[in-house]
Amino acid sequence: MELNSKIPDGPIAEKWTNYQFDRKLVNPANRRKYDIIVVGTGLAGGAAAATLGEQGYNVKAFTFHDSPRRAHSIAAQGGINAAKNYKGDGDSVHRLFYDTVKGGDFRAREANVHRLAEESVRIIDQMTAQGVPFAREYGGLLDNRSFGGAQVSRTFYARGQTGQQLLLGVYQQLSRQVGLGNVEMHNRSELVDVVVVDGTAAGIVVRDLLTGQVTSHSAHAVVLATGGYSNAFFLSTNAMACNVTAAWRAHRKGAAFANPCYTQIHPTCIPQSDDFQSKLTLMSESLRNDGRIWCPKDPDETRSPELIPEADRDYYLERRYPSFGNLAPRDIASRAAKVVVDEGKGVGPLKNGVYLDFADAIARLGEGTIRERYGNLFEMYERITDESPYVMPMRIYPAVHYTMGGLWVDYELMTTVPGLYATGEANFSDHGANRLGASALMQGLADGYFVLPNTISNYLAPQLGTQPVPTDHPEFRAAEVAAKERFDGYLAIGGTRSPDSFHQELGKIMWDYCGMERTKEGLEKALAEIPALHAEFRKDLRVTGSGESTNQTLEKAGRVDDFFELAQVMCLDALTREESCGGHFRAEHQTDEGEAERDDDHFAHVAAWEWTGDPSAPIRHTEPLEFENVHLAVRSYK
Amino acid sequence: MNELNLTLKIWRQAGPDAPGSFDTIPAPGINDEMSFLEMLDVVNERLVNDGKEAVVFDHDCREGICGTCSLMIDGQAHGPQKGTATCQLHMRKFADGQEITIEPFRATAFPVVKDLMVDRSAFDRIVESGGYITAETGGASDANLTPIPKPVADAAMDAAACIGCGACVAACPNSAANLFTAAKVSHLNLLPQGQAERFSRVEAMVDTMEDFFGSCTNHGECQEACPKEISIDFIAMMNKDYLKSKFKNRKMLSRS
Amino acid sequence: MAITGIMLMGFVFAHMVGNLKMFLGAEDFNHYGEFLRELLVPILPRTVFLWLLRGGLVVAFGLHIHAAYSLTRMNRAARTVGYQSRRDYIAANFASRTMRWTGIIVGLFLVWHLFDLSWTGTGATYVRGLAYENVDQSLSRIPVGLLYIVANIALGIHLFHGAWSLFQSMGWNNPRFNGARRNFAAAFAAITVIGNVSFPIAVLAGVVGS
Ligand SMILES: Cc1cc2nc3c(=O)[nH]c(=O)nc-3n(C[C@H](O)[C@H](O)[C@H](O)COP(=O)(O)OP(=O)(O)OC[C@H]3O[C@@H](n4cnc5c(N)ncnc54)[C@H](O)[C@@H]3O)c2cc1C
Ligand code: HEM
Ligand code: HEM
Ligand code: SF4
Ligand code: F3S
Ligand code: FES
Repeated sequence: MELNSKIPDGPIAEKWTNYQFDRKLVNPANRRKYDIIVVGTGLAGGAAAATLGEQGYNVKAFTFHDSPRRAHSIAAQGGINAAKNYKGDGDSVHRLFYDTVKGGDFRAREANVHRLAEESVRIIDQMTAQGVPFAREYGGLLDNRSFGGAQVSRTFYARGQTGQQLLLGVYQQLSRQVGLGNVEMHNRSELVDVVVVDGTAAGIVVRDLLTGQVTSHSAHAVVLATGGYSNAFFLSTNAMACNVTAAWRAHRKGAAFANPCYTQIHPTCIPQSDDFQSKLTLMSESLRNDGRIWCPKDPDETRSPELIPEADRDYYLERRYPSFGNLAPRDIASRAAKVVVDEGKGVGPLKNGVYLDFADAIARLGEGTIRERYGNLFEMYERITDESPYVMPMRIYPAVHYTMGGLWVDYELMTTVPGLYATGEANFSDHGANRLGASALMQGLADGYFVLPNTISNYLAPQLGTQPVPTDHPEFRAAEVAAKERFDGYLAIGGTRSPDSFHQELGKIMWDYCGMERTKEGLEKALAEIPALHAEFRKDLRVTGSGESTNQTLEKAGRVDDFFELAQVMCLDALTREESCGGHFRAEHQTDEGEAERDDDHFAHVAAWEWTGDPSAPIRHTEPLEFENVHLAVRSYK
Repeated sequence: MNELNLTLKIWRQAGPDAPGSFDTIPAPGINDEMSFLEMLDVVNERLVNDGKEAVVFDHDCREGICGTCSLMIDGQAHGPQKGTATCQLHMRKFADGQEITIEPFRATAFPVVKDLMVDRSAFDRIVESGGYITAETGGASDANLTPIPKPVADAAMDAAACIGCGACVAACPNSAANLFTAAKVSHLNLLPQGQAERFSRVEAMVDTMEDFFGSCTNHGECQEACPKEISIDFIAMMNKDYLKSKFKNRKMLSRS
Repeated sequence: MAITGIMLMGFVFAHMVGNLKMFLGAEDFNHYGEFLRELLVPILPRTVFLWLLRGGLVVAFGLHIHAAYSLTRMNRAARTVGYQSRRDYIAANFASRTMRWTGIIVGLFLVWHLFDLSWTGTGATYVRGLAYENVDQSLSRIPVGLLYIVANIALGIHLFHGAWSLFQSMGWNNPRFNGARRNFAAAFAAITVIGNVSFPIAVLAGVVGS
């Protein structure tokens, strides 16, 4: 397998413009002769499906949700970045590009990131035109705030519901296309296999979650916009249904999986309160703009927070990173929290959190302003914990939040399988080893609106006049049979343990050994335990009910099965990346101050894994990364 | 943390056309820190361990934002806590020994899929009929070209906060979808960008709404059930625009 | 619905006010009946305008009932399978949930009322044109008096919701007066009921009549 990133030549600032001119076009009259399948209707998929529909292609869109409006993108709170420089505080496309490459700890492709920064500007224009009610100033112009890891105000937001408003914008635009008949929507249909014929993507096999029926769909090209795999850890901030199945099934059909070990741990989540917990709730990073993070200096501290005098508090972020303080990037802030909690200075009943304190901000700005800024987040926190952040500091702790890794894609967002594309969180492209806050929405929308609809024509144009592979082709038939057998298989095992109980146990292994801090021993331990647990899963799984009607236990079984295989390559990737970078922290590789220590000589590359049929023995390929515009430097936020 | 011993009366229905009935399931030893759905997870885990089929219910984000969760809890959509979706309802709101009745949302336009899961795609039909601003990808002008007074943007945001959960329909004695539709209409009709299609939008969306749902007689129950506390003021706004549309849209026709 | 409702409200209110003349004695009251017939004379021949009013009234009524009927059917169809467990209402009140029934009561009352006082009379000696005497004759019969009282209370309940509801239906919504809408409805309903109910009581109490 060779990894050709197809990066256009020319100076960084002209690559994208040149590419768009050089690419092959499909003339408007011919577009209706092409069928395109888009799996996933979150920001990345929804924007792509709507735009391709507007351009005149026949689009079939699939989601396992009951409506496109439910995609996990809806949960994004904080905001979306764009190099608009409306605040005139020195932002620019180049600075956003620079910040993102640096923030990603020099493990992202420069060309992709620059394109992302260029398109960021048009996203805000497009979404505003769609009617997204971004926050505004009294003058009527758009408001911005600064967000984790940035020293300029470039983050656009809609209260604490930015993702919701963006997704609704996309959903409305997609709905218009559905109404016009340009996009055919398939809700509650889960992709269970990708079909490849003669080395190119021919279509997909989906399972109807209401009837259990398995059907095939073919097209000239297939786009996967199926989101991230944080739920491999069981507990994460992701929605309950987020899973890796689509990406993993593609991987098994030949799509390389890149940097699976790059997982982002978000610093500000509500600490776990007990082991029945089903998911963790994120408290938007924007809270760090006004909240101060601290823990008691004394591990045996028993006083309630407001009674602890300044002298006995350790504002550890402000202490360790004076220039960024509480706004230090996520990986840094998260690890710092782990350090103090491991020292026994954690707070809360389980001593598993640190304080995020608004007392100063309330004193400085008044409760009104704080309510205006974070009201709904404070309510959410109080609903869950029964404590009011207006009087009591919040308790927070890091949690798995986002996965930078994903399907390997070239500059055109095409995977190693021709005709199979990946956009949004499902691909690996733009965030390197660590994603900056408010950049995922930006990437999902850039991919879906402005990148994929441009690059896909380059692949489609030469196929003018060809028909998609008919769905009665043996490959489709075989895939359907395999899928049916897979799900019947889960029902047939008749063991004693529910899918959830396995998922929970897998998640614990991953969190302990492949979480915020990784060691050789730990990862090897995980690599021994996971296959064993997977074997037990195959022997002792119990799925009640039938496959002929809605069966959420059965759905879960299929997803957990794929997580087991993914988990192994995550650990392998973490084990073989003998350095610390961004979200990947290997205890063996840290400076004396405990900062991540990169090894650019040996690891300035993308690791892309090839499926071999044996989940414990995939092949590791590498794509070297060149840094011509941002100079490799130790990432310091001191 | 306290332990609750509860009795659940849960609606079980094998499929859309199957007859349904209440199933009484004891739920002892429930930790009151749990969310309502975590309580159901525990119940389901126990059912599976007993070889029984788990209760089917819709949910996803569990943060009160995706609108997937539903449930009629003791006769109230999303349960007793005001402005709270089922997934954010916590067991500390219930008392030890309590019997809790859980039923699916009921409306002809929301057919039961299985157990507590219903099909709310009628909402998608309403949006498809006009719940958008026509602005195809690429043609947008600079976002700051059209200033929007903060109060207007805020009002639009208040309406746009709707999560499409359908509790308004479930709670409405008439099964009317006026609060949902009004929220969608008002969000776009308040914004300058939404003016071009303002009256065609409201007419199309209201007419589609009436193909599926009941008609509002201003009970105000929807507003009480809405997890986002969307105000029925938006229903009045929608009605006003709808009345106007009957004249304005005709005028438009005469222009073409 | 709302528009017809408003017309009906207009009538009922004016009618109630007019009927207050009852307390000024037979002369004034019958003179008022005469005045109604003389309206806009000589612009229009005698009773023409009154008939116009009546016409409008009949139409409004017809449409109102038709709207009510189709509304009811639509809402029934919108939930063919109802809730199997007890509903727990928070905002919907007795008035809003019984609009149909209070409406029908008023409707039925009206039929009786028209026979009773403007067409044929209902048993008691009835003389066309001598409204005062007719009212006296008719309402001094206790059951009839009670009927009038009950019917008007039903009307009051109907209006308590209706007179608020119409603002929402017409889209008359504005933070500046939203608070006042409920009060208006309550006051309107109260005044109408008190006014109307006072007549049967007055008659039964002998304040009105001979
Ligand atoms: C709590 C939270 C807060 C966040 N806040 C921010 C923020 O403030 N700023 C920011 O930039 N980013 C934020 N993020 C990250 C960002 O929201 C996501 O990375 C981004 O929305 C992913 O969008 P997507 O379109 O790629 O995937 P998703 O939105 O997850 O969509 C995935 C789609 O694929 C479908 N799908 C998946 N698998 C299948 C299958 N097998 N078959 C059929 N359909 C399938 C799903 O139904 C869904 O429609 C946040 C994330 C979380 C969890
Ligand atoms: C206790 C209360 C009421 C009294 C004493 C009363 C009295 C009368 C009288 C005396 C007339 C005959 C007028 C005439 O023919 O000269 C009349 C007519 C009428 N009343 Fe009432 N009324 C009462 C309540 C109502 C109510 C509640 C309604 C409607 C809901 C109503 C509707 C009518 C109508 C439609 C007519 C016919 C008007 C016409 O012929 O022009 N009345 N009423
Ligand atoms: C046969 C007699 C009547 C019937 C069956 C009837 C029935 C109804 C019904 C079902 C409604 C809908 C509920 C609502 O919209 O809130 C309604 C509304 C209303 N009714 Fe009646 N009604 C009758 C008579 C009257 C009378 C005599 C009046 C006035 C004096 C009246 C005034 C109103 C008003 C103001 C509304 C509110 C309209 C709106 O909100 O759109 N109705 N009626
Ligand atoms: S209006 Fe409220 S209750 Fe109705 S769908 Fe929207 S959020 Fe749910
Ligand atoms: S409860 Fe129903 S009647 Fe109207 S005000 Fe709300 S939709
Ligand atoms: S599960 Fe998303 S709103 Fe309740």
